[in-house]
Amino acid sequence: MAPAELSAQSLSPAHNAVSRRQLISSSFAILGLLVIFIALMVLLALVTSLVLQGAPRLNWKFFTSFPSSDPLEAGILAAWVGSVLVMLTTMLFAIPLGVAAGIYLEEYAPKNWLAALIEINVTNLAGVPSIVYGLLALGLFSQQLNLGESVLTAGLTLALLILPIVIVTTREALRAIPNLLREAAYALGASRWQMIWDHILPYSFGSILTGIIIGMSRAIGETAPLITIGALTFIAFLPPLPIQPEFPFISFEWLTAPFTVMPIQMFNWVSRPEQEFQVNAAAAGVVLIVMTLTLNGFAIYLRYRFRKGVKW
Amino acid sequence: MVVNQVKLVPSRFTALLSATAATVAVVGLSISAVNSQSSVIKIDGSSTVYPITEKVAEGFQKTGSAKVTVGISGTGGGFKKFCAGELDISNASRPILKKEMAACAAKGVRYIELPVAYDAITVVTNKGNTWAKNLTTAELKKIWEPASTVKNWKDVRSGFPNQPLRLFGPGADSGTFDYFTEAINGKAKSVRKDFTASEDDNVLVQGVSRDKGALGYFGMAYYEANKGRINEVSVNGVSPSVQTVQSGAYTPLSRPLFIYVNAESAKKPEVNKFIQYYMKNGGAAASAVKYVALPARAYPVAMTRFNKKKTGTIFGGEEAVGLKIDELLTRELKE
Repeated sequence: MAPAELSAQSLSPAHNAVSRRQLISSSFAILGLLVIFIALMVLLALVTSLVLQGAPRLNWKFFTSFPSSDPLEAGILAAWVGSVLVMLTTMLFAIPLGVAAGIYLEEYAPKNWLAALIEINVTNLAGVPSIVYGLLALGLFSQQLNLGESVLTAGLTLALLILPIVIVTTREALRAIPNLLREAAYALGASRWQMIWDHILPYSFGSILTGIIIGMSRAIGETAPLITIGALTFIAFLPPLPIQPEFPFISFEWLTAPFTVMPIQMFNWVSRPEQEFQVNAAAAGVVLIVMTLTLNGFAIYLRYRFRKGVKW
Repeated sequence: MVVNQVKLVPSRFTALLSATAATVAVVGLSISAVNSQSSVIKIDGSSTVYPITEKVAEGFQKTGSAKVTVGISGTGGGFKKFCAGELDISNASRPILKKEMAACAAKGVRYIELPVAYDAITVVTNKGNTWAKNLTTAELKKIWEPASTVKNWKDVRSGFPNQPLRLFGPGADSGTFDYFTEAINGKAKSVRKDFTASEDDNVLVQGVSRDKGALGYFGMAYYEANKGRINEVSVNGVSPSVQTVQSGAYTPLSRPLFIYVNAESAKKPEVNKFIQYYMKNGGAAASAVKYVALPARAYPVAMTRFNKKKTGTIFGGEEAVGLKIDELLTRELKE
């Protein structure tokens, strides 16, 4: 058939095929939108119902009261202070260890079977159920090292839990820096450490921070490993303050103090017979969600700040 | 040039190093300081006993005498820590078992057994259930025994309507489950497999309130908090109440709850004070959290046992069903 004879008739199969593919394409777009919509609706419904249920209890007193057998008297003071202190300890250990390990694996480690083995292990560790970390911590920190049921044990446990996340995200962040930059630094006579410290780290810092904070927001909601190491349920006093009026002004005694955290307090309230405690649980849930969202928001802001500062 | 470089780099490097050093110092300090909290009374154990002890601890702490912490590890988990010498007091919803006695003996931990309240296990049905107001223990056994084939209410007793039977009960980690199966089926943990089990009693309440043919059981506090949604069932013609439990008429489904005090800790003044406070206020605390208090005369007797530091258990490591309060306090203690 000559090209001149191309008619609407002869092209119609092609037209059909094209329009069928376009139909599939646009219907997938709609399907995707629908799926996102459903997921968001579920989340929104969950948060809304939690807020509606918990709202009557969300007042200043709720934040400044200890747990109590009277639901109206009960508050989350011990729980949120515990959560903050445990997070602080977690950060103290997870950040230096995780970032340093990430840098070594990405920038220094020779590419051999040992590095591959470590890499596989780190990735697998990220998928280990948290209760397993709890059991490890119970045996190692709590009993072997005799750290007891303390903030320090909890912080170390959660640090261990999020270490793989921090390592993996650090490596991803470093890998995203173009190699040109490394070569340029070497060309000017920088040592490997100078190259990393002065160029690679500042540029990737935003992404590394995001990984750290995502790890932290996972840790803040963890319950199972902390129950395993013996986090308490009723505790009506606060750990000693880190800043003291007398010399040496700084005290680390809080690290050894017994503690509870937000998710455990919530869990305890949910299992109570009295309906009023369900309101407390919902209110604590709202606070926990706000804490997590704040952490995430902070991560997004920091990423934005640091990306703006990157000039290459 | 070279000198310049070397000087520049360490300034940041030292910052990093000192951060690491600080971290190490923190660990060192805390390890040395770990065993320095002696003024805290450490309590752990049963989740059933927890509300009572929490109530007492709350009141005690307001007197400003000492700090108290209460955990929930379950009766078994509590005894594990208790016998390792980690606790001052263990909450227990059942008497100490033989293997736990051996563990305590191995570590040289001696204990004072104090009953603090009753928990009445309440059998419940759906609000729409108009027929089963009373069940005998024989009928309960017929329903719950391991070989049971009862799947319909009409098979429980002739005259009951044709309504499928749906069963709800606590899971195997629960002390309530152990006691109920022992009391009804004659052997702890022996039960039919086809029932909905949950460690969360609120889930059981939900389940029973939604199914017309449902039958379930759990602690009295959960029935009291949900009276409007479910019916209670009398057992052998006796309905669970403070009177019937205290008099011993509601048998075999009422069980005593205990605290076990480490005899070594009992020498500490703050623990001693706490137990005195517990024995004075434990009854009121139990009633406040919807448990059944022991008869008023029981607490002074228990206090005397504590004051005389009489160690051991009256049970000798066996589960006992349907024991009267006077037996709890007068039977001979064994170690």
